[in-house]
Amino acid sequence: MNSLILNAATRLLVALMLLFSVYMLLRGHNEPGGGFIGGLIAAIGLALYAIAQGPAAARRALRVEPRAIAVTGLGIAILAGIWAALSGDAPFTGKWWFVGAEEGGKGLPLSNVLVFDIGVYLVVVGAVMTLVLTLEEEA
Amino acid sequence: MISVDAHRDLQTPEAGETRRRPSAFGGLLPATVPLALTIVFSACLPTIAAGEVIRITYQWVPSLGIGLSIMIDGLSLTFALLISAIGVFVVMYSGAYLSGHPHLRRFYLYLLSFMVAMLGLVLADNLIMLFVFWELTTVTSYLLIGFDHASGKARRSALQALLLTGAGGLALLAGLILLGIVAGSLELSEIERVADAVRADALYLPILVLVLLGAFTKSAQIPFHFWLPNAMAAPTPVSAYLHSATMVKAGIYLLARMHPTLSGTEVWLWTLTVFGAVTAVVASVLALRQTDLKLALAYTTLMALGTLTMFLGADAKVAIAAAMTFLVVHSLYKAALFLIVGIIDHGTGTREVARLRGLARAMPITAAATAAAALSMAGFPPFLGFIGKELKYEGALAVASEPLFVATAAVLANALMVAVAGVVAIRPFHGERLDTPKAPHEAPVRMWIGPVVLAALGLTFGLAPSAIEDGFVQPAAAAILGEEVIVKLALWHGINLPLLLSILTFTLGLVIYAFHDRLRLGLATIEARLPTDSDQAWDRMLDGLKGLAAVQTRLLQSGVLRRYLFVVFAALALAVGYTLIAADAVTLPASWPRLALQDWGVVGLIIAGTVMTITTRSRLAAICALGVVGIGVALIFLMYGAPDVAITQLLVETLVVVLVAVIMLRLPGLAEASGMKRRRLDALLALAVGAVMTLTLLAVFDRPLDRSVTAFFEANSVPEAYGRNIVNVILVDFRALDTFGEIAVVAVAALAAYALIRGVSGKAPR
Repeated sequence: MNSLILNAATRLLVALMLLFSVYMLLRGHNEPGGGFIGGLIAAIGLALYAIAQGPAAARRALRVEPRAIAVTGLGIAILAGIWAALSGDAPFTGKWWFVGAEEGGKGLPLSNVLVFDIGVYLVVVGAVMTLVLTLEEEA
Repeated sequence: MISVDAHRDLQTPEAGETRRRPSAFGGLLPATVPLALTIVFSACLPTIAAGEVIRITYQWVPSLGIGLSIMIDGLSLTFALLISAIGVFVVMYSGAYLSGHPHLRRFYLYLLSFMVAMLGLVLADNLIMLFVFWELTTVTSYLLIGFDHASGKARRSALQALLLTGAGGLALLAGLILLGIVAGSLELSEIERVADAVRADALYLPILVLVLLGAFTKSAQIPFHFWLPNAMAAPTPVSAYLHSATMVKAGIYLLARMHPTLSGTEVWLWTLTVFGAVTAVVASVLALRQTDLKLALAYTTLMALGTLTMFLGADAKVAIAAAMTFLVVHSLYKAALFLIVGIIDHGTGTREVARLRGLARAMPITAAATAAAALSMAGFPPFLGFIGKELKYEGALAVASEPLFVATAAVLANALMVAVAGVVAIRPFHGERLDTPKAPHEAPVRMWIGPVVLAALGLTFGLAPSAIEDGFVQPAAAAILGEEVIVKLALWHGINLPLLLSILTFTLGLVIYAFHDRLRLGLATIEARLPTDSDQAWDRMLDGLKGLAAVQTRLLQSGVLRRYLFVVFAALALAVGYTLIAADAVTLPASWPRLALQDWGVVGLIIAGTVMTITTRSRLAAICALGVVGIGVALIFLMYGAPDVAITQLLVETLVVVLVAVIMLRLPGLAEASGMKRRRLDALLALAVGAVMTLTLLAVFDRPLDRSVTAFFEANSVPEAYGRNIVNVILVDFRALDTFGEIAVVAVAALAAYALIRGVSGKAPR
């Protein structure tokens, strides 16, 4: 598609959407959001980019083959599950670390749950982009 | 029938493969595995002989009552020792027989896996474990029979054995599950305790039929017998192993194992007696018909299986003891004879009876071992076979069903055995030597040691029967009958009916042997006149099955997406609609709900989108209008407090519009795709689905919602998972495994779609 307005707008819009998708991913545990929603937002942003700039440009911008992103995400998710299993719990049990926690504050909460959600995010982005790019290149 | 080519199972390797260098010690290292097992099981002998039972249990799926429980009683130990001890000789023998074969190591792997599967089967106390190992023996025997994979005949035989015993295995699984339900436990030792309740249960007959189907296919009872002779396409050591002590005896083991639980009824008695007797007599007649030594032995194996089945039908102590004695006798001589046929084949290049004469001078050790094994098979004193036969006659006279019938079948089968023993042991070794493809020569030690030891055991046990009486026969019979059994095995019982029957057998057998050439011709003539045999019937059945599959595939798999969708939605509307009416759950709201203005706005949006979607002639407009409907639904979610669902719905709608817009350019216009008549049908279906879903939702809201799950997550989300967004906490923590399954599906679907699109267009994937 050759639209100057869309072209110019997407550069800014895609960057904002990707940023927003990470924000949605990270806040997901307490507010509406999470890996699935974040992944969808990122995928829509990238799909927009692919429509405006063409699939070749989108592939260059992604740098990594989308199928590889999906499979990597799956690997990360399963690692998060095995992590819990290795420490003797049932697989996919939540494990938490409150970095720098003090009296009255939780510090920085980190967990394998977040790692799992990042895996979900990557699977969604990778899978949707695989579909979008393959279809576009065929059309 | 199988035609015979010299050296069929010593196949030449495929082009390009290098033969391994023959090694003088090949087979000795792998043989240490069965040897070690033999020693371990031998160490259990004194304990078992004293009447104790060894149990070892590991939990596997405790919630389903499935455990890896091992039970060693007299019956298991007898089988386990036969399996491992004969395994030692078979493995050693294979090293020489397949010496230099490119796939020798693969062969060892198959053979040892098969052995482990057999051992697991006979040691299992849990029905599910028994079934798993049962199936493993099917799979590994498939690999062994089809080892010579370059030969079409071997592949066909392997597949036939797999399908037939696999089908029996499925029946067995159903039977075992029913048995587990009726008995309330999957442990055999528990089930035996409630045997009376099982026999009285209404499900007893289905259980019995299903279990017998499994046992009869595995142990090749008529009419399932034809796979066994065909399985002779396997290399000879495989035949020696599978058809002496292992594979085909698995069915016999199952019958023996189920004897305490299922026996004692008229059905059990008559089914086993009749099937066993018919198999035994028919098989021994067919054995006489064969001109290939290996095939003749295969049919005598069938005879032995029939005999064992026949005796297991009975309850009499002496009949069971006879079966157990014969089991040991048969395993020893049959393994020896199969191995000897392999030696003859190896040494002369043929197994055809007509071409083998006067080998005794060239192969003295083999000739001696053959004589000993054949004498045991024919049941001459002082071999163990004689004791086994005497006991069989005694047992036959003691069975409850029809002593005359069983005894006649036993005498007839044994007389034919005498004749076949003569064909195997006398003809090839005596008389004027004939030309054979290879100059006859004695086999290496590794090959003849097995037959020699096994044949010698037959003689030793015959002279000193107390050795197997205490260690095998009594404990095994006791395990089957659940009470102590005292059997006195001896060569001389005095002059009684069994002895007279023995003399009758010898006379009859020698007469048959004297005329066996003429008899064989006669049988061949009869066989040629028969319209069909089971093997051909099997082929026709398979062809019919393939035809049926083709017809139903053409019928159901039209390949037109809209037809599939129509069927799916019509089925949904009918099934749910029927359920609603049948459950009398159709409720209509008493009054219209009071909606605020913004609610009406959203409803209007959805309706407008729908109207637009179905009236427009532009595909792009239809897709966008459908997106509007989706966004309307998302708004409803948002207004009723489900922001996560609303966001996801919104995003998915957006993506769908994008994806469909990308591909829509390649599709034909809407008007061409559907005619007016079809659209009416589609409209009807859409209205039906919509109505059914609406009524379902109304019915759901008619009942008070169960909020206990919600309450649980509200209470536990923050303290246990440190998250306030319940939806996400459920996704990534409480039910993370489900989510993992879902994203795996997403990833696989994307990969599949990629392969599909790229595959259709024929472009190389990048």
